[in-house]
Amino acid sequence: MDITEYIKLVFTDYTLRTITLGTAILGAVTGMLGSFAVLRKQSLLGDAISHAALPGIAIAFLLTGAKDSNTLLLGALVSGLLGTFWIRGIISKTHLKSDTALGLILSLFFGFGMLLLTFIQKQPNANQAGLDKYLFGQAATLLESDVWMMSIVTGICLFVLLLFWKEFKILLFDADYTKTLGFNTKFIDVLITSFIVLAIVLGLQTVGVVLMSAMLLAPAAAARQWTNSLSVMVFLAAIFGAFSGVFGTAISATQNNLSTGPVIVIVASVFVLFSFIFSPSRGLLFKQIRFIKNRRDLQLHKTLAFMYNIVESHENISHPHAIKILNNFQGYTKSTLQKLVSKNYVTLDGGMWSLTEEGFQAASNLYNQQNDNNE
Amino acid sequence: MSSAQIEIQLIASLVAIACAIPGTFLVLRKMAMISDAISHSILPGIVIGFFITQDLNSPLLILLAALTGILTVVLVEYIQKTGLVKEDTAIGLVFPALFSIGVIMIAKNANDVHLDVDAVLLGELAFAPFDRLMVSGIDVGPKSLWIIGAILIITIGLLFAFFKELKVSTFDVGLAASLGFSPVVIHYGLMTVSSITTVGAFDAVGAILVVALMIAPAATAYLLTNELKRMLIYAICFGVFSAISGYWVAHWLDASIAGSITTMLGLLFLAVYLFAPSRGVIAVLYREKQQRTEVSLLTFLLHLKNHTEVRERHVNHLNEHINWQKVRSKTVLNLALKNNMIQLDNNIVSLTEKGEDFTSQAIDYIITNEDGKIEHMKDDFFLFRG
Repeated sequence: MDITEYIKLVFTDYTLRTITLGTAILGAVTGMLGSFAVLRKQSLLGDAISHAALPGIAIAFLLTGAKDSNTLLLGALVSGLLGTFWIRGIISKTHLKSDTALGLILSLFFGFGMLLLTFIQKQPNANQAGLDKYLFGQAATLLESDVWMMSIVTGICLFVLLLFWKEFKILLFDADYTKTLGFNTKFIDVLITSFIVLAIVLGLQTVGVVLMSAMLLAPAAAARQWTNSLSVMVFLAAIFGAFSGVFGTAISATQNNLSTGPVIVIVASVFVLFSFIFSPSRGLLFKQIRFIKNRRDLQLHKTLAFMYNIVESHENISHPHAIKILNNFQGYTKSTLQKLVSKNYVTLDGGMWSLTEEGFQAASNLYNQQNDNNE
Repeated sequence: MSSAQIEIQLIASLVAIACAIPGTFLVLRKMAMISDAISHSILPGIVIGFFITQDLNSPLLILLAALTGILTVVLVEYIQKTGLVKEDTAIGLVFPALFSIGVIMIAKNANDVHLDVDAVLLGELAFAPFDRLMVSGIDVGPKSLWIIGAILIITIGLLFAFFKELKVSTFDVGLAASLGFSPVVIHYGLMTVSSITTVGAFDAVGAILVVALMIAPAATAYLLTNELKRMLIYAICFGVFSAISGYWVAHWLDASIAGSITTMLGLLFLAVYLFAPSRGVIAVLYREKQQRTEVSLLTFLLHLKNHTEVRERHVNHLNEHINWQKVRSKTVLNLALKNNMIQLDNNIVSLTEKGEDFTSQAIDYIITNEDGKIEHMKDDFFLFRG
C-alpha cells in the first residue's frame, strides 16, 4: 500500500488510528520525562522500573481477577514505585553501588513477576490469557479508553512540569544550591521520579517491560545532541518520541508479523544514530571535520613560523628563499603554500618564496595571539 | 526424587556457580548493568546462530552469541568514549536496539524458526533433562548439563589461573597496569567469560534471570564480607542454596523454576539486607541512632563545662535550654551517668574528673579537626562500645 492510502487509513480505521495516536502520545510523554532521567544520570532506572512493574501487574490480577488495564497499571505503578524506593534504600544505606542496586531490583522483581505469571497460568481461570502481553507489549490491544487515559496522564505531566519547571531545572543542575535556597529537594525529587515511573507504566501495555527503557532514553539522548537548553531538549525529545511512535506503527502495520514495540525502538535508535552523527555542534561528522580543519590550521601556522624563523635573520624580510629549504620540515604541502599566498602572507616566484610585510607581522604575532586566546 | 529431578537441580546448581564467579567481579567493578545489557543483546547472536546451526545447544551458536555480547561491550564503550552521552545512557541505548533486532528477526522468520522469544528470555529448566546428549548411541546425560559443566570448568580454570591478576585489576587498575598486567585484556577476558556464561545458561534459566544469578548472590555476599575469596565462596553458596530451594518451591507451586529461584535469591537478599551484622539496614539505623546520641552527649557535656552556675546545670534545664525532647535527654543523661562522666547531686548535674578530661579532649578535636585525636578518644572513653 502506498503512503497516501496509509495516511487515509490512519484517519478512517479505528484500530490504526487508536494505535497511532497511542504510540505518538506515549512517545511524547516518555521523551519529555526521559530528558530528566537522562540528565539526572538515571538512564538505567527506567529499565529497572519497567522490569520491577511486572509483579505488580500479576498481583493486581491475582487480587481483583479483572483484566482491566487501569487496575493492572495501578498495580504496576505501586510495584514500580516500591522498586524505585528500594533501589534508593540500597544505595543510601549500604555500600552497594547504584549499578548493583539497579541490576538486583530489576532481576529479582522480574523473576518474582515471572513466578507469579506462571503460577497464574496454571490457575483454572479462563480470564488469565493475555497477561504476557505486558512482557513485549501489544500495541494492537490498545483501546480508545487507553488512549484517553494516556492523554489525561500526559496532560497532568505537562501541567506539573510547567508548574514546577523552575524547581525541576535547578534541582537537575545544582542540587546543593537548590537545598540552600530552601526548596524541599526531597519532595521535588520524589515528584519527578514518580512521574518517570508513571510514564514507564503507561508504556508497558504498548511497548512491554523489556523495551520500555529505550522509549525513555532514546528520544532524550537524540534531543540532547541538538541543544544545550533544557526547554528545547524536552520539546525536541517529545517530538522525536512522537515521531518514533508514528513511524514505528506505520512500519509494523504495513509489514506482516512485526510487533510494534521493537519497531518503535528501532526507529528511535535510528533517530539517535542520526543525531550522533549529524548534529552540528556535537555530532561525530562535524567534530571530525573540525578536527581536520584545526590540524590544517596548525600546519599552516607551523609553516609560517618556520619561514619567520628563517626570515628573522635577514635584514630584508622579503628576501627570496628556495622552496627546497622547506623540505627538511614536514609541515608544508603545495596547498598550504597556496593558502599562504592567497592570504597574501607569501609571494611565490618560480622555485623561490618570500615573506610579505603582512606575513611577517602575522607570523610575529602568531604566538602572542595564541597567548591572548588562552587567557 | 526421580533422576530427572536430580538432573534439574544439578543443572541449576552448576548454572548458579558458573554465574556467581564472574558476577562477583562484575559487582566489584561496578559493571553489574553490563551483564543485563549482555543478557538482552545476545538475542540477535542466538537467532543468527540458530539459522546457521538449527540447534540451540551447538557450540557455534554459543560462540556467535558470546561475540554479540562482546560487541555490546565494545559499542557501549565506543559511544561512551565519544562523550555524547554518559555510560549508563550508552548501555540503555545499545541493548534495546540489539534486542529489538533479534525480536524482529524471529518475527520475520517465525514460520521456519522454532525459536520463541519467551523461551530465550525466560528459559525452561523443566525441559532440560529431555534433550539428551548421545555419544555413539549411548545416553550420557542432558545436553545442557554438559554445556554448563564445560563452561564452569573453563571459568574455574581461568579463575585459578588469573586470580591474582583479576584481584589487582579489580581493586587498583593503575597498580595492575604498572605491574604489567594489561587491564584491558583482563577486562575483555571477564566480559567474554560473562557473555559465554550468559549464553550457556540462557536456555536453562533464561537471559534475564541469568542477571539475577550473577548479581544477587554477589551483592548478598558483599553485604557480609569485605574479603574477595570469602565473597566468592559466599556467593557460590547463596547461588546453590537458592537454586535447590527454588526448585522445590517451583515444584510445590507448579510454577516457573527460574522465577522461583530468583524469588529465593530475592528473599535471601532481603534477609541479609535487613539483618546483616554491621551493614544491614537495621544495623546501620541503630548505629546512626547511637551516633546521634553520642553527639548529643558531647553537646551536653560541653554545655556543662561552659556553665558553672547551678541554675544552668539543673536537670530540668536540659529540656528548656538545649530543647531536647524528654526521652532523648533521659537517654543522654543515663549514658553519661553510666560512663561516669557526670554526677547527679540533688538534680544538679556536674562533671566528674573523667568527664572534664573527655570534654577538653573533645574541644581539642573540634578545634583541630584531626582524625588522629578522635581515634584514641574512642579507645579511652568508649561509650557504647564497652
